Amino acid sequence: MKLLQCPVNGIRPVSEFTYGGEYREMPDPDTCSDKEWAGYVHYRHGAPGLKKEWWYHGPSGTWFIAERNTLTDKVSRTYLYGQENKA
Amino acid sequence: MPLRLLKYAVSREHPAPRFFRDCTEPKKTYDAVIIGGGGHGLAAAYYLAKDHGITNVAVLEKGYIGGGNTGRNTTIVRSNYLTPEGVNFYNASVKLFEDLSEELDLNLFYSNRGHFTLAHTDSAMRTMRWRAEVNKHVGVESYVVGPDEISKACPQLDISCSGQAPILGALYHAPGSVARHDAVAWGYAKEADRMGVEIFQSTEVTSIDVKSGKVVGVQTNKGYISTNRVLSAVAGFTPRICEMVDIETPIVIHPLQACVTEPMKPWLDTILVSGSLHVYVSQSSRGELVMGSSLDPYEIHSTRSSLDFVEGLTSHITDMFPFLGNVKVVRQWAGMADLTPDFAPIMGKTEVEGFYIDAGWGTWGFKATPISGKTMAETIARDMAPDMIKSFRLSRFEDYELTGEKGAASVGH
Repeated sequence: MKLLQCPVNGIRPVSEFTYGGEYREMPDPDTCSDKEWAGYVHYRHGAPGLKKEWWYHGPSGTWFIAERNTLTDKVSRTYLYGQENKA
Repeated sequence: MPLRLLKYAVSREHPAPRFFRDCTEPKKTYDAVIIGGGGHGLAAAYYLAKDHGITNVAVLEKGYIGGGNTGRNTTIVRSNYLTPEGVNFYNASVKLFEDLSEELDLNLFYSNRGHFTLAHTDSAMRTMRWRAEVNKHVGVESYVVGPDEISKACPQLDISCSGQAPILGALYHAPGSVARHDAVAWGYAKEADRMGVEIFQSTEVTSIDVKSGKVVGVQTNKGYISTNRVLSAVAGFTPRICEMVDIETPIVIHPLQACVTEPMKPWLDTILVSGSLHVYVSQSSRGELVMGSSLDPYEIHSTRSSLDFVEGLTSHITDMFPFLGNVKVVRQWAGMADLTPDFAPIMGKTEVEGFYIDAGWGTWGFKATPISGKTMAETIARDMAPDMIKSFRLSRFEDYELTGEKGAASVGH
């Protein structure tokens, strides 16, 4: 991957971006067990495949979501958080 | 050439024995199956046979032995870590490495060089003093040195780093060494094979059979093998193997790249590491500079190489050694590093009975090869992890008892 599509600024060199890790749903800290919370804090889906990930475009300060295959390093689409269906 | 050698030129008989048998058909059942024929898996097989008398063991390797991260690291052996658990563990490994050539009856080119971790900032100096004190406390020879002592050990080094990041001092670690990494895998394979362990190359595990929480066998591309003890020692493939037994881990895979220059006359006696410049460099017995840098910035399950890596690394290397500007990089490669959030490995039992894990070796696996093999063999033989690796257990994440190991390679402080 050399280029990445920022949902705001369009296609930019990947050196302008920072990887923010896998997108994860936070369990409700008031109701979940300690084990569930530890799982949320520490465990990751480490096996290869299509994943939703956080990425950050540095020059414009934009956090967004990229759907990327971690085996082939191909990005299928990117969108701002919460705008999955608009993209 | 002596005549007795010349006759082999026309003969089909070859005088050199093979290191291990060419096993093709696995048996129906084994006392233990080891997934992964790298240094760690083969060392575990060797110590299972030698220390515990368990020789009915199969090592299953998807590619060829030592072809994964065992043959892709920068061959540095050291124990100057930050946590007492880590220092003790890696020190035991260094001790085993020192006598390993003799034990395996194979020259591993183990070469004691001394190891300098350079500090370019006050905060890095603080970490060096911290590491030195922990090391001394545990009985490991590490101490902080100033620029003069570094210059004496390596006069070619530009202490000002071309004015970019002047070196203020270093953590000197006397036992720091390099070894020929492939030979470590071959040596363990040879001796394990001699004691009866069977090594299968081109043999991939496709699923692991678990019944009521216990391992009962593994399915491979060469048929089903029944066993009630399985060790996963597969580094970058750990998440895929763990998925087969439905175990969650914190491991993520980032490529770690390295490269070598063309061979030169010996000039670099020591091993030099700079956390701030993201460089580690030593000269191999063949004369090449073996160099590594930091991890690739995002997760990929791939061993592809990138130009960004060599550009970044060579710019920093020429800050340290400006005269290397005309030296050519001849090879570069990558390994899939299995990273944990606390930079300590994951070793021991899991919630699946009979499934043992040796993983999370990120950027610090090669130096641990002998001790990980020895402690994992004990874990498998007794179904109980020895005290030395208890702080590396997988359940530490659920217990919120992490082992913050920031002395690992390519980790900033």
